[in-house]
Amino acid sequence: MTDLTKLTLKAAIDGLKARDFSSEEITKAFVANIDAANPKLNAYVVQTTDKALDMARASDARLAKGEGGALEGAPLGIKDLFCTDGVQTTAGSNMLRGFVPPYESTVTSNLWADGAVMLGKLNMDEFAMGSSNETSAYGSVVNPWKSKASNADLTPGGSSGGSASAVAGDLCLAATASDTGGSIRQPAAFTGTVGIKPTYGRASRFGMVAFASSLDQAGPITRTVEDAAIMLRSMCSFDLKDSTSLDVETPDWTASLGKGVKGLRIGVPKEYVVDGMPTEIQALWDQGVQWLKAAGAEIVEISLPHTKYALPTYYIVAPAEASSNLARYDGMRFGHRAGEAKSLTDLYETSRAEGFGKEVQRRLTIGAYVLSAGFYDAYYVRALKVRRRIAEDFDNVWGKVDAILTPSTPSAAFALGDKQIDPLQMYLNDIFTVTANLAGLPGISVPAGVDSGGLPLGLQVIGKALDEATVFQVADVLEQAAGFTARPDKWW
Amino acid sequence: MSETNTKTIKGRTGEWELVMGLEIHAQVASKAKLFSGAAVGFGAGPNEQVSLVDAGFPGMLPTLNRHCVEQAVKSGLGLKAKINLRSQFDRKNYFYPDLPTGYQISQLFFPIVGEGVVEVEAEDGSFFNVGIERLHLEQDAGKLIHDLSPTESFVDLNRAGTALMEIVSRPDIRSPEEAVAYVKKIRTILMYLGTCDGDMEKGNLRADVNVSVCRPGQYEKFKATGDFSHLGTRCEIKNVNSFRFISQAIQYEARRQIEIIEDGGKIDQETRLYDPTAGETRSMRSKEEAMDYRYFPDPDLLPLELEQAWIDDIRANLPELPDEKRRRLMSQYGLSQYDAVVLISDQAKADYFEEAAKGRDAKLVSNWVTNEVSARLTAEGKEFSENPLPAAHVAQLVELIETNVISSKIAKEVFDHVWNGEGSPAEVVEKHGLKQVTDTGAIEKAVDEIIAANPDKAAAVAEKPQAIGWFVGQVMKATGGKANPAAVNDILKAKLGL
Repeated sequence: MTDLTKLTLKAAIDGLKARDFSSEEITKAFVANIDAANPKLNAYVVQTTDKALDMARASDARLAKGEGGALEGAPLGIKDLFCTDGVQTTAGSNMLRGFVPPYESTVTSNLWADGAVMLGKLNMDEFAMGSSNETSAYGSVVNPWKSKASNADLTPGGSSGGSASAVAGDLCLAATASDTGGSIRQPAAFTGTVGIKPTYGRASRFGMVAFASSLDQAGPITRTVEDAAIMLRSMCSFDLKDSTSLDVETPDWTASLGKGVKGLRIGVPKEYVVDGMPTEIQALWDQGVQWLKAAGAEIVEISLPHTKYALPTYYIVAPAEASSNLARYDGMRFGHRAGEAKSLTDLYETSRAEGFGKEVQRRLTIGAYVLSAGFYDAYYVRALKVRRRIAEDFDNVWGKVDAILTPSTPSAAFALGDKQIDPLQMYLNDIFTVTANLAGLPGISVPAGVDSGGLPLGLQVIGKALDEATVFQVADVLEQAAGFTARPDKWW
Repeated sequence: MSETNTKTIKGRTGEWELVMGLEIHAQVASKAKLFSGAAVGFGAGPNEQVSLVDAGFPGMLPTLNRHCVEQAVKSGLGLKAKINLRSQFDRKNYFYPDLPTGYQISQLFFPIVGEGVVEVEAEDGSFFNVGIERLHLEQDAGKLIHDLSPTESFVDLNRAGTALMEIVSRPDIRSPEEAVAYVKKIRTILMYLGTCDGDMEKGNLRADVNVSVCRPGQYEKFKATGDFSHLGTRCEIKNVNSFRFISQAIQYEARRQIEIIEDGGKIDQETRLYDPTAGETRSMRSKEEAMDYRYFPDPDLLPLELEQAWIDDIRANLPELPDEKRRRLMSQYGLSQYDAVVLISDQAKADYFEEAAKGRDAKLVSNWVTNEVSARLTAEGKEFSENPLPAAHVAQLVELIETNVISSKIAKEVFDHVWNGEGSPAEVVEKHGLKQVTDTGAIEKAVDEIIAANPDKAAAVAEKPQAIGWFVGQVMKATGGKANPAAVNDILKAKLGL
């Protein structure tokens, strides 16, 4: 019998519908994998096995009657950023340890409405602040991949490291993730999986623990481009409970697959060639260009002149919003509260000092600083202006190109502990991904090759706002051309 | 503003003048909060009107209440102010247990309503204008309760997230009386519009008063140049919630500032609280201690864009505002400005007047409404809206006077009976036999008897005509006060040969 946990989401859904196997069977198979792997990979912070089996049986009952939604019976992992009714939600933070929301996020509600099964909550960088999953209060997630050169544990990337590791390690069919500066696409690239961040406003932020409101977007991490199209469709919806939600139709993006790229114009931005970029990354990018050209696309060199300001802009805007969004964690109504305090101020300070990890504290401090009197104009207002310029850079090229191709990350997965001492080095991980967040554009990472150590590398496709269709169209061609079939050797 | 309104205060070293600007916080009349669907209302138990959004739970997002926006626009139109087609919500960040999210959503940079002007009636019947700088929407905070336990404080979030309109005036107010008159006028306008219930006891309308003092002439220099350095340093007195306290707080604060300056000191810009029990203002925090609120645009909310057609529609459906009503009452009913101002100060009173005045002597109706009816309500601690007396009764009472069925004097007696619930004025007149005696035969008979019984007094009247008053009194006494006074006078004059 085939290993059900290695199926693509699409194959699993088809198999479930055809009654080749039951949801209970595939769910149990994943539970067994998680039980075995989690002590090593640390991808799940909460397992909801009983709930999963209940949901699976309910799905089986619907499937038996020929009913069921688009994801009926498919076991998924949920990033711990999404509030789940009755299931602990902590955003990877001690601040929220023990917090059980009495409500469900819109994104996960949509998944359950489509029949999906929840296996549990996935580890992540604390409050989604990190690029290596090392800031999680539950400890780092470990990448299922290992370099041929070393036995060192590698990062799965972040902040959706648990989601990426779980999908790559066969611990779920697909996972929800979120992306504020690259938190879907970078971990996808590091784990040989597909990750898409849709247009800002496609997926509701209601019930998603906020990091930076104007940048946060939910999206999936999956094994294939087709799976990403299926998952994303289920996750997105117009939501009156989120004022920034877009009142647009959610199309069937699987219709984009197999269309090819003949006649499409693909932009290659010269500013994405960065200092010290490994030759393997440049080579992968060149390869991607060749694949698309060979498939009939027109390659256009473009300029996005404000690219170099994107990372500094991001590290002003995101911490500023975070410093305000995270003010609610004050020890008063829920979450961690200091045991002893001499005064109200002391209670606030001690609760927050104990509850938040170092990276979160660093960003909250930066955020409070850039918003403070006397610095607001110089930092925050200026950053907003630059952000507008970055968005205009994209607006200016859309007349000439239909999508943009870049590497997903400046390197393959690195060893855990490698960059923790230097936050600036860590922040560089987002250099290719952060522009799409600042401009609100859709971006996908597709596994396209491996480095010399056999580690996966990803290519990124960025599209126009609300034009995920073209993004999927290009990603599909890259996926076919790359024929990426490498899987991590099971060592856990 | 006219010069005559400027009140000067005498100090040891000369004269001083007051300059004030007010920030009025008016709770928007709305069934739901500004950014959550939670109910707003009085009388609910602690924390019964709190949604997860109000309590700042993770992942909760604000969604703007359209009705509150409409109320703000309505209020702006009532203040003759510019409605901004594009406005924006900002976060004001600070930590306090009554503020669950750690920030208040307000409008610092781009308020929904811009500049306007309000015409205010002064006590002497003159008018002065107060410029409105802005009106913006913001959330109220919750309430801390400290007196339930010696060791714990409690938080009630029912009020958290309730919509407030903050109305900021220009520094155009020059005396405690003007400040009170201004707040009264704003309150009346909002109540006419139905955008705030004006209940100051419940804190639904309260004011922050910015007070400074300067030497005569300085204010005019400020007005000419717009340069605030001509004015004194201001102190802000927070959250004053009655007309009396507003007046008292300003008077105390002005004295305090003048004494400091005259003693060679200088005023520190600070926030102060008025303590009504001690009758003084106390420092809450200095400028140095002032919090850095780190305002920035709320990324959870898109800029608010209004359509001109929607605003025009609201404007077209505005109720009659106090100023218009005052002018109309004067022209339509021939009332004096004073009477009109008294009537419009309360919409229910003006409506009551208009109902009673149909086809009647409006001046007479106005007198009854503003004097007897108002006095009774005040004595019983009732609002005009709670008036138990039907307007038709006042109308009938006035009709009885107009048609000489009763005299004005008897009318007061009739009113007493009517107020006590004995029926309509006509029924009361009937029941108590209070109808005015206009039968000249009956009056003549009484006059004859009195003259016959008092020949000496009758003779004296020829010398001293004003002594006729004594005879009038006797006749009224004999007729139980019901004789038509004009008829009595005529008959007496004839019989006494005057």
